Amino acid sequence: MIQADLNVILPEIVLALYAMGALLFGVYTGKDRLTGPLIWLTAGVMAVLAAWIGIGGEGTREAFGGMFHDDGFSRFAKVTILLAGAAVLVMGQDFMAKRDMMRFEYPLLVALSVIGMMVMVSAGDLMALYMGLELQSLSLYVVAAMRRDSARSTEAGLKYFVLGALSSGLLLYGASLTYGFAGTTLFSGIIDAAGEGQAPLGLLFGLIFVMAGLAFKVSAVPFHMWTPDVYEGAPTPVTAFFATAPKVAAMGLLARVLHDAFGGVNADWSQVLAVLSLLSMFLGAVAAIGQTNIKRLMAYSSIAHMGYALMGLAAGTVLGVQAMLVYMAIYVTMNVGTFAFILSMERDGQPVTDIAALNQYARAEPGRALAMLVLLFSLAGVPPLVGFFGKFYVLRAAYDAGLVWLAVAGVVASVIGAFYYLRIVYYMYFGEEGEALDRSRASVAGVLLMASAVVMVVGVVNLFGIETAARAAAAALVN
Amino acid sequence: MDNLLSIVTFIPALAALILLVFLRGEDEAAQRNAKWVALLATGLTFLVSLFILAGFDPSNTGFQMVEERDWLLGLQYKMGVDGISVLFVMLTTFIMPLTIAASWNVTTRVKEYMIAFLMLETLMLGVFMALDLMLFYLFFEAGLIPMFLIIGIWGGKDRIYASFKFFLYTFLGSVLMLVAMVAMYAEAGTTDIAQLLRHDFGSETISLFGFQIVGGMQTLMFIAFFASFAVKMPMWPVHTWLPDAHVQAPTAGSVVLAAILLKMGGYGFLRFSLPMFPVGADLLTPLVFWMSAIAIVYTSLVALAQDDMKKLIAYSSVAHMGYVTMGIFAANQQGIDGAIFQMISHGFISGALFLCVGVIYDRMHTREIDAYGGLVNRMPAYALIFMFFTMANVGLPGTSGFVGEFLTLVGIFKVNTWVALFATSGVILSAAYALWLYRRVVLGDLIKESLKTIKDMTAREKAIFAPLVAMTLLLGVYPALVTDIIGPSVGALIGNYETALANAASASQLAASQ
Repeated sequence: MIQADLNVILPEIVLALYAMGALLFGVYTGKDRLTGPLIWLTAGVMAVLAAWIGIGGEGTREAFGGMFHDDGFSRFAKVTILLAGAAVLVMGQDFMAKRDMMRFEYPLLVALSVIGMMVMVSAGDLMALYMGLELQSLSLYVVAAMRRDSARSTEAGLKYFVLGALSSGLLLYGASLTYGFAGTTLFSGIIDAAGEGQAPLGLLFGLIFVMAGLAFKVSAVPFHMWTPDVYEGAPTPVTAFFATAPKVAAMGLLARVLHDAFGGVNADWSQVLAVLSLLSMFLGAVAAIGQTNIKRLMAYSSIAHMGYALMGLAAGTVLGVQAMLVYMAIYVTMNVGTFAFILSMERDGQPVTDIAALNQYARAEPGRALAMLVLLFSLAGVPPLVGFFGKFYVLRAAYDAGLVWLAVAGVVASVIGAFYYLRIVYYMYFGEEGEALDRSRASVAGVLLMASAVVMVVGVVNLFGIETAARAAAAALVN
Repeated sequence: MDNLLSIVTFIPALAALILLVFLRGEDEAAQRNAKWVALLATGLTFLVSLFILAGFDPSNTGFQMVEERDWLLGLQYKMGVDGISVLFVMLTTFIMPLTIAASWNVTTRVKEYMIAFLMLETLMLGVFMALDLMLFYLFFEAGLIPMFLIIGIWGGKDRIYASFKFFLYTFLGSVLMLVAMVAMYAEAGTTDIAQLLRHDFGSETISLFGFQIVGGMQTLMFIAFFASFAVKMPMWPVHTWLPDAHVQAPTAGSVVLAAILLKMGGYGFLRFSLPMFPVGADLLTPLVFWMSAIAIVYTSLVALAQDDMKKLIAYSSVAHMGYVTMGIFAANQQGIDGAIFQMISHGFISGALFLCVGVIYDRMHTREIDAYGGLVNRMPAYALIFMFFTMANVGLPGTSGFVGEFLTLVGIFKVNTWVALFATSGVILSAAYALWLYRRVVLGDLIKESLKTIKDMTAREKAIFAPLVAMTLLLGVYPALVTDIIGPSVGALIGNYETALANAASASQLAASQ
């Protein structure tokens, strides 16, 4: 029995063993100079696991009496998370090496948080959910404060920790209410207790608190306040990580709780999500307009994007989950590229985050500027780039579920949002001649920037087949 | 040649890709290569597109040369032309080599400039050929990107404001259309335009937030599409982006904008609004009529007050597009024939007028009308050509401008005499501003010191105007060239429109009598 259980979580065990082994190795040798190879190794392990999960896994399996699920949905999310984590790790290496930030703990903390995320998207029980979530969050708190000597970075870490702890508290409170009223922590038990149509009042409270806690993690308005500060304060490679994998995990977890535990009462949560989505889209679009720091701008951009992903989830249908998954995969790809670009923004060896520094960037670096142009238009959701298809999916899902007002609001917000993406294009292409940024050398980040831009263009042909995978994943979750 | 349409569409994109990948450097040789590649590619596109015209059968009112492939999300890659779209395709391929040739003096970032125009051509051709709703939207919206860059990078002094205004205005218009398209997809279960044309969208009155919406779904979808096409067209009162964009865009950008991009709005009305939502269109026709009439009179008056040449021509474009919308919604053979004719003819005439401004702008670097005067003394050839297109713009019989205006006015007269009356006064106003512009710029004595050394048109410039003059005259004296091609398709469109209206009317009578 236990053998079969362990088999299901084998990928997580492998990654955990690797992380702990490497940690021991690092402690005993005490050499930060091994960080470079360790980053590559960690990324390699994650990529291999992604391939293993993506190609090897099939069917639906449960472990530990339903606490842990291995199904199409979790596999889709895990592959996205692992690949995003690997990409972000390797692209930040140059940046960190230059700034003396190469601590061997960094890749291992990332690996640990990735394990947490993998548990999150597989959770079938409130306990498993909380364990995954905390493993992820604790690692991230440390990573955010990694530059101990920088006030900004420690502030970001602390802020993230305090607000994160608060959100965990909310979530725990909700979980305990749910347990109290349902009599079980298993999702399969909760869904029976919640019944169809309308949830009992106690469970409803539990549901709302759990949702509030998770909304913190996906930084949906009105639980978004930490996002811009943490994005700005954390070292850029860490910000890049924050913007990608944890968002997928939190979104996946939200989908899992809502459909596995509260699938019968979707009218109750769908309206809450719709409001969160509406607020996120508009706040993300409007608040980003005044930003001059590209990292803060990307923070608001990610808030807006989470709004669109939530729109898919709010639909509460198979198509909605599918749209959300496709949206997240596209979002992660775009963000990897964009942050690869931000990592390369330097002047005299110092990182620059002011968007005005991009003046006439297109003259100095036409190739990179073009790649960034493609990414920005894709983020804005302008066809024919892949970013548009993400929006199209969620709109379609929202319309089918009768949320026409949300779809209309979404497209209006996307026009407002287009303004600030265009503003970066404006600096790069139309701006005044100014002090130029350093010319960047060929690097991993450069490769990832180009690759994601190419994906945005070529993906139009068939989205690399993620449509089918996402459909299967959504069908596995919603029944 | 099964995929002739795709070949025509993607030749320019291929050339753009070649430029992007293989052309290096900013020196003179590289610039010259970029220009020649672009000119050859657009020229080749035009030549290949002649096969479309040759193979097109006007008597067949369905879609021809159709290509179909599966795409993601149940969408299709489907291309085809019918009598309504084929001439727009030809117009695009015809105008593009001329605009490239007119850009021979560009010296900044030539490679990127040519890439932007080549991409733009692909996207514009795609708009006119797409037979899938989303494919259409893709091409329609994507065109904003190169145009945004063209205005923003190579534009005039206030180019930033103009480019943002252009982008956000048109983007807002078309995202509402996107929602309507999603709705259509959900309703009809397909995005194939040919099938959607046969689908009856619901026209029963529905109640929304306490409002009774007569015409139901059709009215709502008509309004959503209208928001997009009216901005693109542009119709009064959402035309204000156009003068800004025109004034700031480089000459070639203005030409493409006036000659082709504006026509997408009219094409959209003919392809979607009228045939797919007949009940909605019928309900809102009076609104469109009066908006058109106001556009014609008001923007003509505004044009009179301009002191920037490009702005004046831009306002005159808005007025001329007023005839087009009026003709389309008159929904009779003369009206729609005239509207399409007017769009084609306006493509030649307004394109040529912007080129005329470009000729003297290249020499003097100002578009102020007051900076000129008496050009006829030193530039006789220019004076002749400018006069020809001024007259064509006014609608002098014998030029193509007359045919379009006359047909649309006949069309509207049969439907609504009062609108026709107001619209006709626009003919007089257009004569006023156009002739006044001509007098101030070209006639009189040459007293400005700066103009004493101005040179007449070069052979290259004359060569650019020659085909435009030829087409304007040819269509002016033999309009059947156009009407023979569009006639049957337009006839079928009107037939379907009237049948759909009659069906809806009898259905609602039936519902009332029960």
